[in-house]
Amino acid sequence: MLEVTNLGCVRGSRRLFRDLNFSVSPGSLVQLQGPNGSGKTSLLRIICGLATPAEGKVYWRGENIRAINEEYFTSVRYVGHRNGAKEELTSVENLRISSGLEGVAVSDRQARAILDRVGLAGREDLPVRLLSEGQKRRSALARLLTCRTTLWLLDEVLTSLDTAAVQLMKSILEDHLGEGGMAVIATHQELNISAGSFQRLELSS
Amino acid sequence: MSRKINWYKYASPAAFYPLAGRIIPWFAFPAAVLFAIGLYVGFFVAPTDFQQGDAYRIIFIHVPAAWMGMFLYVLLAFYAGIGWAFNARLSSMMASSLSITGALFTFLSLVTGSLWGKPTWGTWWVWDARMTSTLILLFLYIGFISLQSAIEDTRRADHAGAVLALVGVINVPIIYFSVQWWNTLHQGATIRILNKPSMAPPMLAAMLIMLAACWFYSVAVVLARLRCIILEREQRAAWAAEATI
Amino acid sequence: MFRWIVARDLKLAWRSRADVLSTLFFFVIVVSLFPLGIGPEIQLLRSVAPGVVWVAALLASMLSLGRVFANDYHDGTLEQLLLTPQPLYLVVLGKVLAQWLVSELPLVIIAPLLGVQFDLPPSTLFVLFLSLLIGTPVLSLIGSIGAALTLGLRGGGVLIAILILPLYIPVLIFGAGAVDASIISANPQSHFFLLGALLSLSLVFAPLATAAALRISLE
Repeated sequence: MLEVTNLGCVRGSRRLFRDLNFSVSPGSLVQLQGPNGSGKTSLLRIICGLATPAEGKVYWRGENIRAINEEYFTSVRYVGHRNGAKEELTSVENLRISSGLEGVAVSDRQARAILDRVGLAGREDLPVRLLSEGQKRRSALARLLTCRTTLWLLDEVLTSLDTAAVQLMKSILEDHLGEGGMAVIATHQELNISAGSFQRLELSS
Repeated sequence: MSRKINWYKYASPAAFYPLAGRIIPWFAFPAAVLFAIGLYVGFFVAPTDFQQGDAYRIIFIHVPAAWMGMFLYVLLAFYAGIGWAFNARLSSMMASSLSITGALFTFLSLVTGSLWGKPTWGTWWVWDARMTSTLILLFLYIGFISLQSAIEDTRRADHAGAVLALVGVINVPIIYFSVQWWNTLHQGATIRILNKPSMAPPMLAAMLIMLAACWFYSVAVVLARLRCIILEREQRAAWAAEATI
Repeated sequence: MFRWIVARDLKLAWRSRADVLSTLFFFVIVVSLFPLGIGPEIQLLRSVAPGVVWVAALLASMLSLGRVFANDYHDGTLEQLLLTPQPLYLVVLGKVLAQWLVSELPLVIIAPLLGVQFDLPPSTLFVLFLSLLIGTPVLSLIGSIGAALTLGLRGGGVLIAILILPLYIPVLIFGAGAVDASIISANPQSHFFLLGALLSLSLVFAPLATAAALRISLE
């Protein structure tokens, strides 16, 4: 479903990678590994359409993502380094707004249920700036659960999480993959997850 | 049997660099000659204007400089736009190179306009439509150059500059019209201040020769600067290291 | 979807009220500075009033522009906005509308009060109000292009000013011109038509340029 052909990336004057080819099918997981600065974030941003590659193309269901912009965005969720939440608003408000912008109306009750699932029960009405790093990360991950999207692109999402949260994330991932979803994750932690297929992509600088 | 030149290969900075080097002398020498002829005709051959005396002769620099400032801005927007739309690095580099020359011409036009105004009208600066528009054009150039120098990533600098230049070029007619409007509102009964004297043939000849000289000069200087920009950006490539030796 | 953006930004502005009010205070202070610099002679003040109020509005709008996208850029919500299925044009329009409501509309409302300081007659005060009402959205729309181009750069506010002030000049000329016309009892109608034309043009084209600039800045 997701196909990457001959992808090359240049950042500033540095060549990060070239001739990258891989594909991701439903139920499969791709783990990106590599030292800092090797291009993991750039690759994820190219796949989600925020950045343009120096060479090569990304295809979704056979079509170039540049050509099907809006349609592609309905199927993709990207969680990057930054949390993507407004610090002055509460987790509930942030969740409802972000899903409203995606075109999915989430009621107050549903939002609280999701936040409960990610372990933020009791804290969902605090402004996000009052949460700890780990809690902010959980709040960002809640966005993945508001509606069923096919492709998840996650950049170092496990970093600020404690062991319980990491377990939670893994179970959420397993559920997602089990339902036919796909995920490309950049992380150096070991992901012992049962998935339809598993690829490890090593980017070296 | 005619040899087909593959023009596309010159779209690469590495290939264009030597080509530009060969072209420059063909424009630099004629420019010097044309400047010499133009200034001679303008300062010595053209008749003295009965209204403005000899002071008017500065227009032989002022007017071509103003025109070049305008032309080069449009050209800059064009190249920047191409560079953005087709991801053509060389086009974007060309735009960056043009910006400096264009800004200098515009500045020269302002200074010479000021020098013209003093003996003719008594003040160093007049807020007439043309001078004011030229001043605003200088601001547009400065904006473009500032934006490009503030952005470290060259790709973002090129593309952001393109957006700014395209927005600018679309606004130039609007700005020009509004400044004319403003001027007519506040002029009242005052005469149009910086009027060109009616053109006798030697004056027209001098004007055109100077304009040609400016064009040749611009091509030479812009290409020379372009070569520097190419070297700077491609410094990691092997050919660049050889070229600088 | 459009209303989500506007509502969100309005809510955020409400939660940081101090930021918002500071633009208004800046406007008031700058306008009040001019008589101190020029002298209290009422005839002179009346003739410079249109220019003074308009330039102060330009500068105040410049200040608030830095905020339009910067916060969203730094906490990661801006890239999420680029990844929604909504056309970026609408997202930009929504943000600009919110910024105008929060930063510029207060200026428009308070301007007639400031006009009283310059001894402007009531008809002129109304023309001042109307010219700012039509003109400030243009300032917001064009200004958003500058804000989008300069995301994350050092030199922030000054750089935006260098980029945008030349583009503001037509708005300044027609807006101040309308008020001027009213002072000398001429008909300001043509100025308003021109302002309206600028508004229509910028409503259609500015968000496109801003959207392009956002994509470029976020690559």
